[in-house]
This record gives sequence, structure tokens and C-alpha cells, in this order.
Amino acid sequence: MSDSPIRFTVDDSGVGELVLQREPCNEIGTAMTGALEAWLDALDTDRVHTVIIRSSVRGGFCAGADLRELHAGLVASAKEEHPAALRGFLERIHAVMNRIDMLPVTTVGVVHGVCFGGGFELALTCDVIIAEKSARFCFPELRLGIIPGFGGIPRLRRDVGNATIRDLLLSGRSVSAKRAHALGMIAQVVGRGEGLAAARALAEQSGKFDDRARRECKAFIKRLPTDELEREKELFVELALRPPLLNALAKFVESTDLRPYLP
Amino acid sequence: MSDTTVQKLMALAARQFDADVGALRPEDDLFEALGIDSFQAVEFISELEDEFDVELPDYELQGVKTFAALADKIDKRR
Repeated sequence: MSDSPIRFTVDDSGVGELVLQREPCNEIGTAMTGALEAWLDALDTDRVHTVIIRSSVRGGFCAGADLRELHAGLVASAKEEHPAALRGFLERIHAVMNRIDMLPVTTVGVVHGVCFGGGFELALTCDVIIAEKSARFCFPELRLGIIPGFGGIPRLRRDVGNATIRDLLLSGRSVSAKRAHALGMIAQVVGRGEGLAAARALAEQSGKFDDRARRECKAFIKRLPTDELEREKELFVELALRPPLLNALAKFVESTDLRPYLP
Repeated sequence: MSDTTVQKLMALAARQFDADVGALRPEDDLFEALGIDSFQAVEFISELEDEFDVELPDYELQGVKTFAALADKIDKRR
């Protein structure tokens, strides 16, 4: 396996597969963001009609932001540098998420295991989410004294009601694939290990449709919630600059407990 | 905590993580007895919710260490 956190292949029928492959669970930091930027720059959307986004690591789809890198970055830099550094990273990851969200091809997220925080936000950029029974979805950010910062709330608001989002955010609880499906957060639930086959079958069907009709349909039905995304960035930076985040990150990186850190 | 729930829970855990159910006891620490990490624990919650037809919010599971304590939480949600 290469050192890159992702790999991308395209088959003869125009189905692309973006595989997240960074241990332990595809944490999104500067390496993952840079790799996704490079992938987006190189993606030939005339050659591809569907992109499947999945993970090859055992733990799950993606555990969210790279908290260890964030902690190390904040500790190593002067406090007055934090606003610009946080905002700079946020602008980059928002641009990546927005570009994936608005790709003129069909995107199918295949989720297994952990799909938390930024990982859930990445999944929410996909047009269709197929979850294996093992998948669990969660916005744990309030445990860290912040809100989701990669566009998750505005994107989820496109699909489900405010009560569901309040429950997820204000409790920080995780929900199963079955529950997520019942709530309308995801499109399909399949058995353990069956996600990729289900995504390929969907891609094959989507590939039969007229190219222009498919693209226009997506552009018509799926809009970028621009104003809310901007407001989210402001609020995230505001909250992240306060002591609770750094304190929570310190507890997280220093913990040797077998159990996940849960304040 | 009902005996049935804890027995069923241990059987499910043994099957999921390839452990010897005969070696598991209600007072055992789940993580240590099963040798699992936090990713596996997250998946296991979904299995439990499915099997027992309950929802188990993470915050109710904080501090839960043993099979017996987990079975108790499950019973309270049924």
C-alpha cells in the first residue's frame, strides 16, 4: 500500500472508486485534505459518471478530524497564530467538501463501522449513502466544546428535520445504520461486507442514464447551503479559540484508556 | 439485570468476537475479556440494539464496564 491516505481507480465503464486508506480510521488532517485536493484537481468528470467513496480500513469509514494533529498544531504555535491557522484549514476542508458535494457525477458513499464527526460530514457530501449494518453515525463535537466544522449541519439539514439534528448534536450520541435509515439520513442499509457490491450495482444502473439528464437532475435537486456554511465557519472558529477545545484535545491525546474518551 | 439478558449478551459477544462463551462471566470487563478496541465496541452497540430491539445512547453507557452492567442498561431500555 502506498503512503497516500487515498487511492483512486476508474474502470472501463466509467465508475471511479475513491478508497480512504489511512490507519487508524482515515482521520482528516492536512495529509488527507491535501490528497483530496489533488484528487479533485485530477478528476476527469468526462470520463467518470459515478464515484464510489469508501474506506479500506477495518475501523470504519472515517473517524473525523485528526484530533492529534490539531492538538499538536495548537500546542506548537503561539496563541495569536491560532485564528489564522484554524481559519486557513477550515477554508481548505470546506472547499474540498463543497467540490465533492457539487461534482457533476453521481457520488455514492459506502459506510461501515465508525462514521463520526468530520467523517459523517464527508459522507454527507455524497449523493447516496449506502451503509453496512455495522455503521454508526455521530456528531461528537460538542464533547470538545465546538460544533461540527466541515459543513455537516447545513448538509444534514437538507435531508432531515431539525429535531433529529438537535438530538444528534445536543446529545452527541451515535445512531446505527438502521436508525439512520429510518430517520432519512442515509439511502440504503446492507449487510456486513455488502456495501461495495450494492454501490457498484447502483453505479451500473446510473451509468445507463443519459449523461446530461443525470447531471442536470443532480444540479437541480442538490444545492449548496452557502450562507449556512459561511456562518458555520465563523461559529466554529469562535468556539474553537476558547479553552474548552484545547483542554478536551489534551485529555484525548493523553488518554491511555481502552475506552474512547467521552466527557 | 435479568439472567437471560446477560447470558444472551455474552453469547452474542462471544460469537461476534470469536471468544469462548464458557470463559466469560457477568462481572468481567468487556474490553478486557473480549480484547476489543473502541472501534469494535462501537460496532457492537449496533449489534446489541438490533438483537435486543432497543436504542442505547452512548451517554448512558459511560462508565459501563462489565457484561452485567451493560445487561442492566439494556433491560432498562426494553
